[in-house]
Amino acid sequence: MGLDFTVVPAYLDTILIGVLWTIAITVCAAILSFFGGILLAVIALYAPWFLRLPVRFFAWLFMGTPLLLQLFLIYFGLVQLGIDLPAFVAGVIGLGLHFAVYNSELIQTAILAVDKGQMEAARTLGCSRSQALRKVVIPQAVRDVIPPIGNNMIALLKDSALVSVIGVSELTLSSQLAIGRTYRPFEFYAVAAVFYYIVNLGMEAVMRRIERKTSLSR
Amino acid sequence: MTEAHKFVDIRHAQKAYGDLEVLKDISLTVDRGEIVAIIGPSGSGKSTLLRAINDLDSLTGGEVWLDGVQINKNLPYRQYEKHINAMRQQVGMVFQHFNLFPHLSVRDNVTMAPKLLKGLSDKEADKLAEEQLNHVGMLERIDYYPSQLSGGQKQRVAIARALAMQPKLMLFDEATSALDPELVEEVNLVMKRLAEEHMTMIIVTHEMDFAASVCDRVIFMDKGVVVEQGPPSVVFQNPTEERTKEFLRKHLAQHHAQNAAEAAALTAAQTNEGAK
Ligand SMILES: Nc1ncnc2c1ncn2[C@@H]1O[C@H](COP(=O)(O)OP(=O)(O)OP(=O)(O)O)[C@@H](O)[C@H]1O
Ligand SMILES: [Mg+2]
Repeated sequence: MGLDFTVVPAYLDTILIGVLWTIAITVCAAILSFFGGILLAVIALYAPWFLRLPVRFFAWLFMGTPLLLQLFLIYFGLVQLGIDLPAFVAGVIGLGLHFAVYNSELIQTAILAVDKGQMEAARTLGCSRSQALRKVVIPQAVRDVIPPIGNNMIALLKDSALVSVIGVSELTLSSQLAIGRTYRPFEFYAVAAVFYYIVNLGMEAVMRRIERKTSLSR
Repeated sequence: MTEAHKFVDIRHAQKAYGDLEVLKDISLTVDRGEIVAIIGPSGSGKSTLLRAINDLDSLTGGEVWLDGVQINKNLPYRQYEKHINAMRQQVGMVFQHFNLFPHLSVRDNVTMAPKLLKGLSDKEADKLAEEQLNHVGMLERIDYYPSQLSGGQKQRVAIARALAMQPKLMLFDEATSALDPELVEEVNLVMKRLAEEHMTMIIVTHEMDFAASVCDRVIFMDKGVVVEQGPPSVVFQNPTEERTKEFLRKHLAQHHAQNAAEAAALTAAQTNEGAK
């Protein structure tokens, strides 16, 4: 039984809807991971211990355990506590928090690397510490980590395939659906790979645009 | 205030880093509108003293008063933060390395603090930025980013940024030391202009000519103490203290050596040009 890609067009709409779900979950989780990452970084660096310690524990938990397990925990586990999240929401939260922890590590390092003169200049003008952080230090730190955050977001896109296991019919799950009907795993996984690659290229283009836009401000 | 007070009043300022005494019981006053230069060898505590005035580096002893209000008041943390932020709005500071905000345009560098701290509207802030930038000759660059400016231009923007808060007092910490020689003059001109407008200024500098031409008084510091102070004509031409004489002699020699080296380099360059 050779390869036969003629079976693909009949399932193209299923696959394309899968692509849309993949994009939706990636974008939502990316936004959550970006702002969550900033928040976690600020807490890790500046909050009092009763906030800092739980957040450290949470970060350690998210970095030290498999993402798959985290998704199971959020989707299936929380039900026992009476929190019944839709699969999509659970997926976004799981992916978003997981990558927020990684982004937070990058942002913390970048915040500490911002020239001390920047904080001093802002304080000299009369800004409070938090105003100086908000207006001067954090924007520069975030600008400095756009490329590595971009890499994290590409990783996030690829890991979004994991939410298929909690039943979000994104690209991987919809490909599996088509395979279940046609018994043509190679063809549909190949098609899925091509679509992941295309979305990937799109994300890289967006990242490059953002980098170009911020290039003057260094 | 009924009782007479000095505009800037530094009383028994002391600063130590562990065992290292950087400021040893310095008392100084500056009148409103007065322009004071602080000179002295590297490590003598000039920056530390200047930065103590707006509490960027806290003193370990002594008091700093501005216009009848103590700056380094002993207050609980939260109250002190409020107090010091309000005080700092009245004291502009210009740094050797400019410390412009690279992620903001020239306009936003100038308007950030007034908008945030004085609640200026966008329109008011724009007007303020235009005024202040015009004042330092940088209006045409209002929509540039710091990375697109020369050092001299950056420093002029930094001065405009400080002035936009309408400070009572301006502090300059070697404002021209990081500049290429040909860019020093444009910054000096801006500072001279401020002097003519009777801004109270305390200027840490290595440029004796500038100090002599602009300042009402020169303070010579060495090893954490004020060794000698007086009008530039006296301190520069007829210093009484041996340490002042020695410093000026060394400084002059260095200055000459530098000038000679520059002249030599220039001649060499011209000779090369000629040979081509
Ligand atoms: N954070 C610090 N910790 C320890 N020592 C310090 C610190 N900051 C400054 N010093 C020391 O305090 C002394 C005075 O420093 P300061 O920067 O005030 O000198 P300065 O007169 O401004 O010198 P320069 O002309 O080189 O700028 C120096 O011996 C310096 O090493
Ligand atoms: Mg200094």
